[in-house]
Amino acid sequence: MLYSPAPLHIPDGFLSLVISIICWVITALTLSIAISRTNKSLGEKQVPLMGIMAAFIFAAQMINFPVAGGTSGHLLGGALAAIVLGPWAGMLVMTAVIAVQALLIQDGGLLVMGANILNMGLITAAIGYGLYRGVLGGSRGTKLAVAGVAAWLSVMAGALATALQLWLSGTSSLQTVVLAMLGVHAFIGIGEVLITVAALGFILRTRPDLLGEGSASAGGGRGWVVAGVLISLIVVLLSPFASASPDGLERVAENLGFLDTAQPAPYEIIPDYTVPFLGETALSTILAGVIGLIVVGIIVVLLGQRMKAKS
Amino acid sequence: MHSDAFDRYHHGHSPIHSLDPRVKVLVTLAFIISNALLPDGAWIAFALAWIFILVANIFSQLGIGFTFRRSFIALPFALAAITVLFSIPGQPVSSFHFLMWNFTITDAGLLRFVSIVIRSWLSVQMAILLVATTEFPKIVHALNHLRVPTIITVIISFLYRYLFVLVDEVLRLLRARQARSAAAAGKRVGGNVMWRARIAGHMAGQLFLRSYERSDRIYNAMLSRGYKGELMTIHPHHFHASDRWIGAASIFGFIIMQIAGRL
Repeated sequence: MLYSPAPLHIPDGFLSLVISIICWVITALTLSIAISRTNKSLGEKQVPLMGIMAAFIFAAQMINFPVAGGTSGHLLGGALAAIVLGPWAGMLVMTAVIAVQALLIQDGGLLVMGANILNMGLITAAIGYGLYRGVLGGSRGTKLAVAGVAAWLSVMAGALATALQLWLSGTSSLQTVVLAMLGVHAFIGIGEVLITVAALGFILRTRPDLLGEGSASAGGGRGWVVAGVLISLIVVLLSPFASASPDGLERVAENLGFLDTAQPAPYEIIPDYTVPFLGETALSTILAGVIGLIVVGIIVVLLGQRMKAKS
Repeated sequence: MHSDAFDRYHHGHSPIHSLDPRVKVLVTLAFIISNALLPDGAWIAFALAWIFILVANIFSQLGIGFTFRRSFIALPFALAAITVLFSIPGQPVSSFHFLMWNFTITDAGLLRFVSIVIRSWLSVQMAILLVATTEFPKIVHALNHLRVPTIITVIISFLYRYLFVLVDEVLRLLRARQARSAAAAGKRVGGNVMWRARIAGHMAGQLFLRSYERSDRIYNAMLSRGYKGELMTIHPHHFHASDRWIGAASIFGFIIMQIAGRL
């Protein structure tokens, strides 16, 4: 089978009912805005276009490239969809993709679909488009570089949101799940960056009219820049905080009344026996830092190479 | 491989197949919500839920083990829940040493882990049965009746209609890449990872342009056949008394499960 499921698709049973419903409410509200905006700005011609574009994202996720040792990288597509189609249309397209993946091949659950749409469709589109919108008038190199950063951050934001939902549902312990999700997706994100940048570069060269003035891609308002930068900042600031000092976040969640539903009453606490995985904060902080450094370093080197190849 | 391998519908004329798709979607959702509501360690309720699935399997004439065979899709995700084995305080069950850390599995952690995996495993089986016994366009039509916004169901319909066309396009692209990637025995082929990723990206861009241009053609073709902004069906759904009874009986069964889970 060519189709390889991404580890971001949460199946049913892993999120609590409360978290599932909260995510559905956020997703439904965002989508209702998206629907009213697209209804206003797009003609009936856009509806078949969005449908075909949804099929495109689904099919493009099958284009893979061998990395090493039998593993392969492929596209998730949230950032690319939003950059090419505009933010609201991109969100609707990703929603359709995630819904079909859940309904047709059980990749992701039904009750948790709200969370999956939020993580992989809405957040990724907001970051992807928001950052790209900021450099709309820039040169080709700037556009591609920012699109690459946006693609990577969108994957990381989706992973962080997934990790937080799993933790709030009492399915995983905070520190481990944040570190594991961000660690894995730091590498998956590189594949996303490479394919997004190359695909966008290809489109810019062959059909620049699709991304230029007056296209759907240029249609989003300036507010998207604020939204994109804000969500990116949250990811950048929250990730080290969540992995290095989980106590703070845990206290917030406890105050909000999440954690007591998640964990059974600890009537017999034996602290000596429960050694959490990667418990030493010093070690995990260093690990997170090293992963971050490696990733940023790789991106800088790769972008530098690309720029040199262009000029 | 043919691209319609994505479609998981199994043709049949069983009572489950002929059930109204709206009832099937609602019962599936109610079953999954019921699972999410069950407390940890509600073994009797979990067993009842499994019996419900087995009975539905039998009535669907797909064989009693049909959903079981395909139910392991969601299993890799259990990895995400593995930390609760160690993180929830309770009586130690077993402990082991790995590298420089001691791991202790607690009884409360084990209970929570097993409950999460069972809930997920039951829920995915119900979703599998829904898709296996309902043609996808009928599911989408049911979603439309259940007040999912039209624009989303229309996008989903188009996605489903053209997915197979575009997947064939991808297969052609992949075959073309393979055909041009001949290598002498023992020689490394192609460039480095960067180069390969760029080729994959160009292929995605290529696919995008082909899809974009195809959507123009499709729209023109639809206009020429009288498209006025909405899709029509010649298969209106009719609610039968049996649909109502089966739906009500299922909901009643879920209430029994909830009570059994809390005894």
